[in-house]
Amino acid sequence: MINAVKRDIPDYLLKNGKEVYQGKFYMDGKYVKKASPKTRIYEKPQESKLVRSIAEALRQCEAKDGMTFSFHHHLRNGDYVADMVMKAAVEELGLKDLVVAATSLGDANNLIADYIEQGKVVGIQTSGIRGKIGEVVSKGMLKTPAVIRSHGGRPRAIEAGEVHIDIAFVAAPTSDCVGNCRGTGGKSNCGSMGYAMTDAEYADKVVVITDTLVDFPNYPASVKAIDVDAVVVVDSIGDSGKIASAAARISKNPRDLMMAENVAKVIASTPYFKDGFSFQTGVGGPSLAANLFLEKYMDERHIKMGWAIGGICGPMVELLKKGKVKKVIDVQDFDIDAVNSINQTPGHFEMSASQYANPANKGAFVNKLDFVVLAALEIDTDFNVNVLTGSDGILRGAPGGHPDTAAGSKCCIIVTPLTRGRMATVCKHVVTVTTPGDCVDVLVTDYGIAVNPLRSDLIKNLDDAGIPHVSIEFLQEKAYSLVGTPDDLQWEDKVVAILEARDGTILDVVRQIKPFKI
Amino acid sequence: MTIEKSAVAGTLESSDAMVTVEPGENGVELDISSSVMNQYGRQIKQMVLETLNRLEVKSGKITVVDKGALDCTLKARVECAVYRSCGKSEKNISWGGTIR
Repeated sequence: MINAVKRDIPDYLLKNGKEVYQGKFYMDGKYVKKASPKTRIYEKPQESKLVRSIAEALRQCEAKDGMTFSFHHHLRNGDYVADMVMKAAVEELGLKDLVVAATSLGDANNLIADYIEQGKVVGIQTSGIRGKIGEVVSKGMLKTPAVIRSHGGRPRAIEAGEVHIDIAFVAAPTSDCVGNCRGTGGKSNCGSMGYAMTDAEYADKVVVITDTLVDFPNYPASVKAIDVDAVVVVDSIGDSGKIASAAARISKNPRDLMMAENVAKVIASTPYFKDGFSFQTGVGGPSLAANLFLEKYMDERHIKMGWAIGGICGPMVELLKKGKVKKVIDVQDFDIDAVNSINQTPGHFEMSASQYANPANKGAFVNKLDFVVLAALEIDTDFNVNVLTGSDGILRGAPGGHPDTAAGSKCCIIVTPLTRGRMATVCKHVVTVTTPGDCVDVLVTDYGIAVNPLRSDLIKNLDDAGIPHVSIEFLQEKAYSLVGTPDDLQWEDKVVAILEARDGTILDVVRQIKPFKI
Repeated sequence: MTIEKSAVAGTLESSDAMVTVEPGENGVELDISSSVMNQYGRQIKQMVLETLNRLEVKSGKITVVDKGALDCTLKARVECAVYRSCGKSEKNISWGGTIR
């Protein structure tokens, strides 16, 4: 069936009430019955929940074939925990037919890629898929199609019972002996632990894995002892050099800076740019640099930012410290500055992925967002964005909070160079739709700005401010005139990944790519 | 032109291509790898063959390692490698003639 972004969704996927994407806000006003986990009663006081090894924790939690294990990706490319747990499950307990439900998977998870090839892991649910694991899934080695959800769509699916987590594994920089966890105070700090919170609340069993055991009570806790069954202390949960990068620096690339300046101009031309406005930006070159130019406009007009959300890094913490933004609330910290700031700098708080972006709850932060500045691998003439598949059709990206912030915000700005090498970023049809065009408002490139025709109000704002803009078709034609018209990718029939819209409908599918021959 | 000895032009930087030509007697043997193979492999092949044809290269082993070069870059790298292979890259290049 063809959906609202003109993608053909195979009918066999539309069972058990699954629908195709109908346009944004389609689920508004409908009801959901929340799922609930089956948890063990611990009435008798426990002095400690420490167990000797991950394998022992798995046995204690009655880990079985076919179970769904969840992981969160705050330790990013430095994460040791997901692979450690899967190794114990497969090698020590001999488990098979496992499903991995992660908030993102990448270069740290090569062992899981091996288990997919061996048929031990048969399902993947994630908000990001990169590295070897993306390649093996793209090759069709996973038994069932991977399900890709946004950061908001994932907690929605967990709460709705569409994803049932048997055991959640929490990688905790610090924990006490009963499982109160924090992202700071240890040797592998990650700051916010926002992605782990819904998992801990909705999983049947929760195992905390830490390398720094601290005195009870480890407070304020991100994941709380009331949800935790077992605590395992290991030598190291991650490679701290890869967990948080050194302080994120603002790009010096003149092309990035020019685009960033135009982003700030667009923002300053809208009526939402007033005292107390709210903002989220990505950490990519031009997105992050937008902070710099925005500050200039804020000073000129004597206004302050009310709050900022996101993945947070140093430049936003700087604005907080200078008093130019009143509050920063985050689900993830990208660099050392942000890790060291959360719950330390007054006004810098932690939130869960559900609070951040879940479309089914009653008050996600994204719904109050004025501006979001995001990057894209590709954007097409219908303003649909792809941040998941490469130009070779291989899974190598992450929807993350992209679709959530785009849908919730009043003004969603995509900033990207017109071409990257020989790849036309602005194209006729994106490989995969990860953020639907009806959520995207403005495109800023190095060859011009285009406004979504659905937003006649923004077009007027830009005109009034004297900001030149062109049609997105003009930009696409310009891109093709530079790099040539790309050939269409050749696909097999087999679906290797299902891309869910944040509301749970099917936005697109990724099929297996045919080996290329010339 | 005849490829007399092995020669290389270009780099492996992004948006460039490294073209290696070697003597051979079995016609043009072309080996292409590219970071944009699925979308542009066909066009890269066409551009390389057109350029070799214009230079009247009838035989040789041609290896293209493409990192997303534009057509103009590919063309220049092929021309340069072929000219180097027969010692004609130093002077008297036929700008606007065979070299376009």
